[in-house]
Formats: sequence, structure tokens, C-alpha cells
Amino acid sequence: MATEILMPALSPTMTEGKLARWVKKEGDAVTSGDVLAEIETDKATMEVEAIEEGILGRILIAEGTEGVAVNTPIAILVEEGEAVPAEGATKSAASTAVASPNTPAAAPQAAVSAPAAPAPVAAAKTATGARIIASPLARRIARQKGLDLATVKGSGPNGRIVKRDVDNVQRSAPKAEVANSAAQAPASGGSRLVPHTTMRKVIARRLTESKANVPHFYVSIDVELDALMALRAQLNALAEGEGDEGVKLSVNDMLIKASAVALKKVPTVNAYFTEEGMLLHEDADISIAVSLDDGLITPIVRKADSKSLREISQEAKSLISRARAGKLKPEEFQGGTFSISNMGMYGVKDFAAIVNPPQAAILAIAAGRKQPVVSGNEIKIATVMTVTLSVDHRAVDGATAAQWLNAFRTAVQSPLSLVL
Amino acid sequence: MSQTDFDLVVIGGGPGGYVAALRAAQLGLSTAVVEANHLGGICLNWGCIPTKALLRASEINHLLHDLDGYGFKAEAVSFDFKKIVARSRAVSKQLSSGVSHLLKKAKVPVFEGFGKLDGVTANGRRKVLVSKKTGAPQTLNAKNVILATGARARILPGLEPDGQFIWSYREALVPEEMPKRLLVIGSGAIGTEFASFYRNMGAEVTLVEVAPRILPVEDEEISAIAHKEFEKQGIRILTNAKIGSPQKGAESVSIAVEAGGKTETITVDKIISAVGIVGNVENIGLEGTKIKVDRTHVVTDELCRTGEAGVYAIGDLAGAPWLAHKASHEAVMCVEAIAGKHVHPIDVTKIPGCTYCRPQIASVGYTEARAKEAGYKVRVGKFPLLANGKALAMGEPTGLIKTVFDDATGELLGAHMIGAEVTEMIQGYVIARTGELTEAELSETIFPHPTISESMHEAVLAAYGGALHF
Repeated sequence: MATEILMPALSPTMTEGKLARWVKKEGDAVTSGDVLAEIETDKATMEVEAIEEGILGRILIAEGTEGVAVNTPIAILVEEGEAVPAEGATKSAASTAVASPNTPAAAPQAAVSAPAAPAPVAAAKTATGARIIASPLARRIARQKGLDLATVKGSGPNGRIVKRDVDNVQRSAPKAEVANSAAQAPASGGSRLVPHTTMRKVIARRLTESKANVPHFYVSIDVELDALMALRAQLNALAEGEGDEGVKLSVNDMLIKASAVALKKVPTVNAYFTEEGMLLHEDADISIAVSLDDGLITPIVRKADSKSLREISQEAKSLISRARAGKLKPEEFQGGTFSISNMGMYGVKDFAAIVNPPQAAILAIAAGRKQPVVSGNEIKIATVMTVTLSVDHRAVDGATAAQWLNAFRTAVQSPLSLVL
Repeated sequence: MSQTDFDLVVIGGGPGGYVAALRAAQLGLSTAVVEANHLGGICLNWGCIPTKALLRASEINHLLHDLDGYGFKAEAVSFDFKKIVARSRAVSKQLSSGVSHLLKKAKVPVFEGFGKLDGVTANGRRKVLVSKKTGAPQTLNAKNVILATGARARILPGLEPDGQFIWSYREALVPEEMPKRLLVIGSGAIGTEFASFYRNMGAEVTLVEVAPRILPVEDEEISAIAHKEFEKQGIRILTNAKIGSPQKGAESVSIAVEAGGKTETITVDKIISAVGIVGNVENIGLEGTKIKVDRTHVVTDELCRTGEAGVYAIGDLAGAPWLAHKASHEAVMCVEAIAGKHVHPIDVTKIPGCTYCRPQIASVGYTEARAKEAGYKVRVGKFPLLANGKALAMGEPTGLIKTVFDDATGELLGAHMIGAEVTEMIQGYVIARTGELTEAELSETIFPHPTISESMHEAVLAAYGGALHF
């Protein structure tokens, strides 16, 4: 029986959104969990996942359509071999889709805006009865083992998937896997398969998409940190003198500000490349990569260009600690116009990050190290760090990237602009 | 000429047999029941039900002697023992005739007599021979036969019930008068309930158990609380005990009991032997068939099939746990399978067990020790009824609720309860276990306040570090 897929509400307050992109085409077979389309609101991009399997019979709302009201039918799902009914002829008007938070992607060390908690297991479903019926225990075990419940046959009352069903799958599955993939042959010392977390899956998918679709290029520059560190010492001493020890500035706080200053100077880097045109952003919303035990997330310091160092510092501290505690709200890690990934604390010499789409650039910051520098005709010792800007070449050209890096270097080496 | 050819003949009209017949009738199978004694079997007539009627009387007696704490005063409280026993019999009789009525309504004929398998007809139908107390035996034909002949008390040599000094459960249910001194051998559910009944009626009771602890199938902690509470009530308990031969005198019986390295002679008015049961496998025509018997129980597969096609065995006859509700559930499953329905085998770890002593005991699933033996890393939650408002208000503060969860998956592996009303509450955990709820759903469940059942919620929270009221 044909069922309509409805425009999902991404949040309780959402009334309409943009159907950004159809991931599946008419005629595509879909199974539960497949991403059908991407929906955008002013706050976030979310994916619409299929709950049922079937064939995407007809797309009712073209991609790129804005202002699609929640619960508007956006497509019709049919069973294999079934004729696609005329528009409006479907019986049920239940949603076949769930929205899951989409995640602007990431850099190698850190930068995925993934939800810290596992995505809720899809539950509600349509009049076709294709809803997955499983016990809570079976759902949990399936999640722990990375099993897709849609592939499990239920043996409980009315075909309910129960514990023994998911246990049985585990027992029978490994044989086939080994046969299918020599590449996964265990090492001689023994190997163990750790099922992916939702965050790991999101990282894998988003970064693969970025590397596959975004033409990257990389530009590096050395930046001397001594002036910035001297200013930081003064500002921290001043704060301490005022009895305000809570806001000790970090180098990272100042580099967030320096990036924002550079973005204001070279605003074409503060952009998204879209098919329709370049989306230039007014504010510098800086995504900062925070590593977690199992993955990473990019909370956003919004309007960093118009905030004081002290405000940035307080905000960054709060975001980072809540990111590690898994307590960020979606709007705190979804969006952003530019990313920073700082691995200075790990002593790395230099590295290049992967662009976090739809952003156009990400700055990889390596460790500051004391080294001899030629100044005029003399050799002096300076603290130097190498930063590398990874850029979406569709949005930003090499010369622009170099301009941006110079603006950034100027902001760091003549840091008074950070406090003005 | 009444009908003698059926789709299904059930031998035995207990909670296995009569339920099988009712379900078969619902599913449109022509069905007959063969019953030698009373419809309702041991459960209704000599087990579950009449003991509950007696235990109710003993609870009332206990309460009447504990009125002061509630602000009451009653003098010269007494009871008429014959009336108490008569009430118990009346309850059984009422239920047994209720079963008779249900079968009549379902149009299931009952053949009164002793049924046995008697070979196969020329066209492959099972023959069941019904021997009657009077008159000629009768042969029934059936496509399928369910054996549901139940079980009876196991009798130790030297402890044969004699109606005078040595009782099985049967004599213990219909005493002529209250024994003053009583020895109960065996502390399973049956022995413990009789010990509790007679003690609460005022008898001097000694309970002996061969195992290291009473109620040996229950969780160790529950056993320990029961032990302490029974001793507080004045029951003398001897564990790791070995008994000698009873020496019967004119007025009393003496028996040597060896426990704790000492041997003593205990002299009592009556001895109740409650040392387990044996299946009724004799004279039901198993000889010469492919039906196997292992230690007095018919061997079956998970769908109650025996070695003979078309012959099934359910309930106590088919083995442990010896519980009426297990028999009834097997009956339904077995009949539905015969009718071609898709059925689910019984998982014994989802069958609850209840003992109606004071305080009551109820449990389902793995004990903490057995879960560990099975290789689970467990999370255990405990909540004492002393911290429960309703229990205190009722004047029933003794008790504990204990949950055992699988740390890896949040599966409720088992639940163990001792205290007031726990036999009425265990079903909550059984539903959770059967429906495969995890600690998450149980934690999110809103329990009514004030109830003793709130402790069940707290015991779940406690397993995850968050009991609120303890």
C-alpha cells in the first residue's frame, strides 16, 4: 500500500522548512534508515530517514523548495511492484520519516557536529504495519551490536523481535561477514569488532562526503606568537588584579578572535558554496573542534567578530565543558561559518584539516615552538606556529586564502586589533 | 450413546488438564477430559487453594494477637479449628464445581474414571481406556492425547503417611484437631506454608531442611530474611539436617534429628513430610511406548511432545517447576500447537514462584548467585520495606525487594521479594521480564503512591545507583 512521506518537524517549534536536497531519486529502493532527503531550517540541517522499506514512487516537493509546511506530503512510498497512485490518492497520511540531526562535517582531529547522544531509535509508523516491532531489550542489544532491526525476523508474539532473535543473528552472522571480506580477516593476534557508535557513523559519512565532493586545497603560513602571548599575560595579570581570575584567557580564545578579525577583513572566506550562489555570512560564527572520548563535536562561538576576548573565553569554556559532558543543545553545534581545529596542545608540527561543509574553510593550528627566526639581518628567537587553511576551492581561490592567512597573521602578530 | 471419538482427550482434570480442554474447545477441537478424582486436581482440592484458605485464617489469628499495636483490645480471642478447616474445604468445593460448570459450558464431556493409553486403532487413532469405579471400562478414541496426570507427595521410607502421626500435605489440610507440637520435614514452598500456618495458629513448630538453608531455590538473601523472621515468630529451624526413623508412641512420635554436629530427639504430635513430589507415571499406559520417563517425570520437548506422535505431557507430570500456572500455560501452548497455531516455548526463567508464608515470598528469574554462575555481570538493586510508607502504615515493615539486572544490556534477569503482598506484586516484574523491558522503561514507569509496589520501582533505581528513599 502506498504511503505518504510527510514533512517532519525538526523541533517542536518548527512550522516550515526548506527541502534542501533529495538524496534518493524517484524509483530508488529504500530501506529503513536510508536518508531520503535533507531539510533545512534557519537553525539546522536535518536528514529525513525512511522508516519503512519500499520504492520512492513519486517526489511531490522538488528540492530547493522553501517554506514547506510541516506535515505536507513530500513524497509517496510504494511497495515493490505497486503502481504509484495519483497525487492525493494515498490512504494514510502518516509520516514515514524521521528527522535526525545533520552534522556539518569535520577535520581529522576534531570537527563533527554530531549529537553526543545516540539518535533515538525510530519508532512510530504507518498504517501499513511495517513499523519495526521489537522489545526494548532487543532494541538495546541491536544498538549495542550495530544490528539493523529491519534485517531481523521477529519470533515473538505477532512477529515481535525479541532478545533471542537478535542473539541468533549474532551467532549466525560472523561467518558470512568473514566470507564476504578478506580485508576484514582478523590479524594473527586476534581482532575484535567494536560496533560503530552513531557519532562514529556520522563522522565517517560526513568526512567521506566532504573529501569526495569538496575540492580541497591547502595553504600554510608561519605565525609568531610572542606578541600575542605577551598581551595575554598582561590581560590575565590585569584580570587577576581586578580579582577576576575566572576569565583567564587561553591562546585558543585569542586565535578564535583573530580568525574572526581575519574573516571580517576577507569576508569571502566567511561563506558557503551553494548551487545557486555564494552564501556570504555577516557574522563570524566560529566552530571550534572539541575532541571527545569517541569522536568529536564542534560547538560554535557565535558572532565572535563582535565579542570581546573575555566574552569569547567565557563562552568557549562553557561550550567545551558541556560538549565533553554531552550536554550541548543542537543549535549550539549546528551551523557555524568557519572552523578551527587546534592541535597545539599535542605538540604537532603541522597538519591539514578536512573542510566542514557547507563551510568554505577550516584552520588547522599546530604547536607554537621556539625557533630561530631571521629578522632584518639578525637571527632572533621567536615562538612560531604553523597554521594551515584548508579551503573549498569552489568558494575560495588560492589568492583569497593567502590574503586571509596574512590577515590572520597580522591579527596575531599585532594583537592590539584583538582588543579594539 | 455418547460421543467416544474426539480430536483431543485430556487425561487429568487439574490446572493443566482442564485448561487444556477449555482452550481446545475454544479453538473448535472436539475434546474430552478423563478425571479419576476431582476436577481441579491437586491445586484446587489439595494444594494451592485450600492452603490459601487456611493461611488466611492463620493471618487473621496472628492479627488478633497483635491488636495492641493498632490500638485495639480484644479479650478471650479463640477459634473453632473444625470451622477453619471446613471453610477451606468449602472454598475448594466451590471452585471444583466451578471447573465442572466451565467444562459443561464449553461442551467438554468429563469421563469419570482412571484413564490410560491403550494403543492405536486400525486407522491410527489413539485409544484411551477409562476404568471406572463401577461399571465396565470404556474406550475413547482421539487424534491427540494430553497426559496431565500430575504428581503426588514423595514418600521417604519410614515416613509413610499413617493418618495418625505422619502426614503428607493431604492429611495436613484436613486435621481433626490442632497439633500442639509439629515437625515439618522439608522447607520448600509446601513445608514452609504448613510451618507458617500451624505456627500462626499457635502450634510449636520445628522446621528441618537437609539443604544448608531454608527455601533453597530462593535467592540466598531472601532465605536469610525468612529464616530470621520465622525464628522471631517462634519457629525452630534446623538446616543441614538429617533425620532418623520415627519412633511412634501412644500419644506422640519421636524422631532423631542430626544438625550442626549434634543429634537430638524431637518429640511431637505430628510430623508433616514435605520432601518434594513424584510424577504420576504409573498405570497410564506408558509401558511399551516410545514415551520416556526420567525420575518419575515424562520426558518432553519444549513443546510438550513425548516420544509418541500425538501424545503430549504437561504440568507436574512433565517435570519442574511444579506449579499450577506452569501447567496451565503449557496446556494452552500445547493445545495451540495441536491446533496449528504458532506458539512460543516456555522459558522457565519467566515463571514466577510464590510462597504464602508470613511474610510472603515471590520471585522470578535468576537469583543473584545463579546469574553470576551463568556468566552475567550483574547489577543488583535492593530496597527494604522498612523504608516504604505503605508497608509501615500497614504495620508490615519486614521485607526486601531485590532486583538482578544484566549490566551489559539492562535486562531484568530476576526479581526476589519477601514481605506483605509480594505474591500479588511479582507479576509486575514478570511482565517486565516477559515483555523484555529494560531498566530504562522500569525507571520511567510511574508507580502509585502510597503502595508497597513503589518499593519495586525503588529496587530498580537502586540497581542503577539511584534509590530515592533509601
